[in-house]
Amino acid sequence: MELILAGGIGTLTASGVYLLLRPRTYQVIIGLSLLSFAVNLFIFGMGRLRVNAPPILEPGGAGDLARFTDPVPQALVLTAIVIGFAMTALFLVVLLASRGFTGTDHVDGREQRGD
Amino acid sequence: MRDRESRPPIHPEGDGKIEYAEKLLALFILVPFAGSLIAIFFPSDQRGAIAWFAGAIALVCFLITAGLFPYVASGGVLRYRLDWIPELGLNFTLRMDGFAWLFSALITAIGFLVVLYARYYMAQEDPVPRFFALFLAFMGSMLGVVLSGNLILLAVFWELTSIVSFLLIGYWHHNAHARDGARMALTITGTGGLAMLVGLIIMGKIVGSYELDAVLASGDTIRNHPLYGTVLILILLGALTKSAQFPFHFWLPHAMAAPTPVSAFLHSATMVKAGVFLLVRFWPVMAGTEAWFWIVGLAGLTTLLIGAYFAIFQQDLKGLLAYSTISHLGLITVLLSLGSPLAAVAAIFHIVNHATFKASLFMAAGIIDHETGTRDMRRLSGLFHFMPITATLAMVASAAMAGVPLLNGFLSKEMFFAEAVETHLVNALDTVTPYVATIAGMFAVTYSLRFIHGVFFGQPPANLPRKPHEPPRWMRAPVDFLVLACLVVGIIPAQTIGPFLHAAVVSVLREETPYYSLAVWHGWNLPLIMSFVALSGGIGLYLLMRSYLATAVEGPPVFRLLQGQRIFERVLVTLSWKWARWLEQRLGTRRLQPQMRLLVFLALAAGASPLLFGAFELPALVIRGIDPAFALLWAIGIACAVGSAYQAKFHRLASLVLLGGAGLVTCITFVWLSAPDLAVTQLLVEIVTTVLILLGLRWLPKRIEEPVAAEDISIRVRLRRLRDVLLAVAAGGGMMLIAYTVMTRPLPETIASYFLERAYKEGGGANVVNVILVDFRGFDTLGEIAVLCIVALTVFALLLRFRPQSDSLETPEQQRVQNAFDDDHPDRDAGDSVAEYLFIPSVIMRWMFPVTGMLAAFLFLRGHDLPGGGFAAGIAMSIGFILQYMSGGTRWVEERLRIHPLRWMSIGLLVATATGVGSWFFGYPFLTSHAQYASLPVVGKFPLATAILFDLGVFSLVLGATVLILIALAHQSVRAPRAQARAARSEKGAVS
Repeated sequence: MELILAGGIGTLTASGVYLLLRPRTYQVIIGLSLLSFAVNLFIFGMGRLRVNAPPILEPGGAGDLARFTDPVPQALVLTAIVIGFAMTALFLVVLLASRGFTGTDHVDGREQRGD
Repeated sequence: MRDRESRPPIHPEGDGKIEYAEKLLALFILVPFAGSLIAIFFPSDQRGAIAWFAGAIALVCFLITAGLFPYVASGGVLRYRLDWIPELGLNFTLRMDGFAWLFSALITAIGFLVVLYARYYMAQEDPVPRFFALFLAFMGSMLGVVLSGNLILLAVFWELTSIVSFLLIGYWHHNAHARDGARMALTITGTGGLAMLVGLIIMGKIVGSYELDAVLASGDTIRNHPLYGTVLILILLGALTKSAQFPFHFWLPHAMAAPTPVSAFLHSATMVKAGVFLLVRFWPVMAGTEAWFWIVGLAGLTTLLIGAYFAIFQQDLKGLLAYSTISHLGLITVLLSLGSPLAAVAAIFHIVNHATFKASLFMAAGIIDHETGTRDMRRLSGLFHFMPITATLAMVASAAMAGVPLLNGFLSKEMFFAEAVETHLVNALDTVTPYVATIAGMFAVTYSLRFIHGVFFGQPPANLPRKPHEPPRWMRAPVDFLVLACLVVGIIPAQTIGPFLHAAVVSVLREETPYYSLAVWHGWNLPLIMSFVALSGGIGLYLLMRSYLATAVEGPPVFRLLQGQRIFERVLVTLSWKWARWLEQRLGTRRLQPQMRLLVFLALAAGASPLLFGAFELPALVIRGIDPAFALLWAIGIACAVGSAYQAKFHRLASLVLLGGAGLVTCITFVWLSAPDLAVTQLLVEIVTTVLILLGLRWLPKRIEEPVAAEDISIRVRLRRLRDVLLAVAAGGGMMLIAYTVMTRPLPETIASYFLERAYKEGGGANVVNVILVDFRGFDTLGEIAVLCIVALTVFALLLRFRPQSDSLETPEQQRVQNAFDDDHPDRDAGDSVAEYLFIPSVIMRWMFPVTGMLAAFLFLRGHDLPGGGFAAGIAMSIGFILQYMSGGTRWVEERLRIHPLRWMSIGLLVATATGVGSWFFGYPFLTSHAQYASLPVVGKFPLATAILFDLGVFSLVLGATVLILIALAHQSVRAPRAQARAARSEKGAVS
């Protein structure tokens, strides 16, 4: 379980980082999205992997870590997902505006030699 | 750092009067700042009124100080404490002991006199409200420095004095000298202040509390701590820069570009004394070590000597006084370096004496400047004839400065000589001290004599800008008063300054307080002989140099070539221009890719170094309990991720689809591993993100993959790609390693148990994740939705100005084909095919709207107990809206539905904030929630915490923000054809 998820996180990171280093804005935006998956899963994994233990209590009771998984990373990731969406939206619009103003979709706003 | 110990009892009798006095202390510090705020709003033509107002404020402060004396007279301490961030040891603590009282009295009394003086000094065209507002603010900051009972608070007021002093020096900002002088003073004292802040923080850590009471009680702990040297140097940097000690002395003469009242107040009596104030304050806990003796002593002795020597050669009256101030501050520093209690008494005494005679001398210099139009001593002479009273006053004050008997300067200088002769530590510095002291005393006589003789005697002045005469009566009154004080203190010290000085000495030295006598006559002893040597030597020196000085250029011979200002400017240029440029040229780039590469590389290095050099053990590779379905899932996920990266350049749609695939795999992983909330949110966000990027795709340039033969790709491009692949693989491998290592270790005790235990009992919800978001960490969520709100508005604003590239403007190929089909068939109207495209799905989508709404309501209501919540509901609802746009088109939707995303967002933010504020009315902290269950017919019981109101705000804002972003983007497709149509119409109009 852990090994597979770690592998998944690693691949998502590698794909994301590779795209971050590319010259086209669209590549960068896809790269950031992939990277945010990786980071979200990574933070989520910090609460350890548990099957069938969602942090949803029986009404009236108190929970403990023996029966329920760690809710804190989940709360963090939930926030991160929404902020990640906001970031993607902003970046997309900046990308479009930059393309509109400069006429190119290169990350520097102008074509470079040899890309 | 906690400072939990209760306040020590102040007075055994502890009556209500003391409580009252302590409240008064808090008020005391507020008065000047409040006065400063009011002074700004005075009209600038009300010159008299504002001066009266500022004077009244200063006088009130002085009267409060005077009224507080009985409480500190016999070693008592007044304290006022307001908790600020007690968890960090930061409190607004005020503390007045005898020493702080003495300083407060100096600040308020001289402040009042200088205000009176400034009333007449400031010219008609000067903006006086700004002057008096800054003046009062400075007075408040200075009182803050001396009254702070907390180290951090002290640093805050300290920096405040630097900043206000900067503004006051630069008061005549049309003058380049004023601007340069102000900047130099701020750079030097501000840098020193920062060093001091670090020193104070370390000191607080050593003691375990930032409270001054605790610090003063732990002298041995501080002196024996291994970090003592560091603390000493950092704090001395602050004190020595502020008090203009060598080698930081050169800012003070340049600060003389300030109006003379400012120089009289800040640069003689108060601000420059803050440095020696600090030295005295920490004297009981830091002095007495060898390091202290050498650093403080060397700085002080050098300053004492060169200040006095340079003062002789100044041609500017204020320049002479500035160097003399530097020299006298050096004298005080030397006294404090000795580590003997008697020397500390002399230092405190000299602080007061110097403030009185120097402030009066500055004011006299200002009068001369004001009435004659120049401060150049080469042009001034024989003024006694024109202004006899001022001349007499200045003569008495200069005599005090020179240390002539029967004046206050003589008393403290005698004490200084006595201490200089005394052996404290056997070393070279201690041996030379008496000689240096005598020589400096001699120089002091010379420059004092020069000031008097050069300005007031000799030939009547010629070619002065103005005809000199006595100043207005009240302009001279402050000088009268101060000179009188010099005389009275000089003749009967024990009866006048005695009790106040004693209170100050006792509060600093406590049980170490030595026996000292303030008498004028101590018999024939070595100090008296030194005084005579200095007096006669000084007179002789002046007679020798008189003719040279009368015409010489400004500044001492040889040394004038070595100007502190030049060095300072050169250092500044080197630091902030040359080195910065060099670094920018080496490290900076205007290209994103190298920057990204650098960032990724640094992050990799930072991540790898603890793994390589720390005690990191590779986890054992355990292959067990692998679910084949999960493995398959991630095989797909990995393929999607790699495919998405591979296709992102030429096949954007394919890449987007693969990205969605990776997102779905992530989402299923969340379901699998007990995170249903995350799965719901991830799924919904995934949908919205995909739609969003789809909307954007149209505006990107076409890029068609051309088959390139492998050998045509240049070696550079290949190397670059290889390097990026290596970086990416290293990053991915590192993440994998860390993730695997952490995940295979047992979970340590975390705050998770806290939330699990209390989620239901205190938050009233069974879904712990939701309770954390809307209740325990509600403030974070509020910040987060504010971010979302800002992003949506930014997107909206950016798109308002959006101008697409011309090649993206034409109708998409697909639509052109469809329109051509309509044109070919006479039975069809143009645009039918576009409208009928995906007809059945669009009918379904239209009918899905109420269902989506229902789903959102469902997600929202169950959120507190089961997976769901405001975020998920908001995004679900926005999907409902965007589906309508997709099926019917922008115009169709907006004809039928009223969509006001901006309003939804603002309502959401208001509701969320109001829920938080609401808890204040019930006496709870911001965002405290109250939980209860409510029941609705049909729906049944559902949780109704006040948190649900907050969640409603979250819902409304997320919905508004998402819809705003999506439709702002969708509108571009409508705007572009409109613009095209407009252009076409105008063309047609031109043809017809």
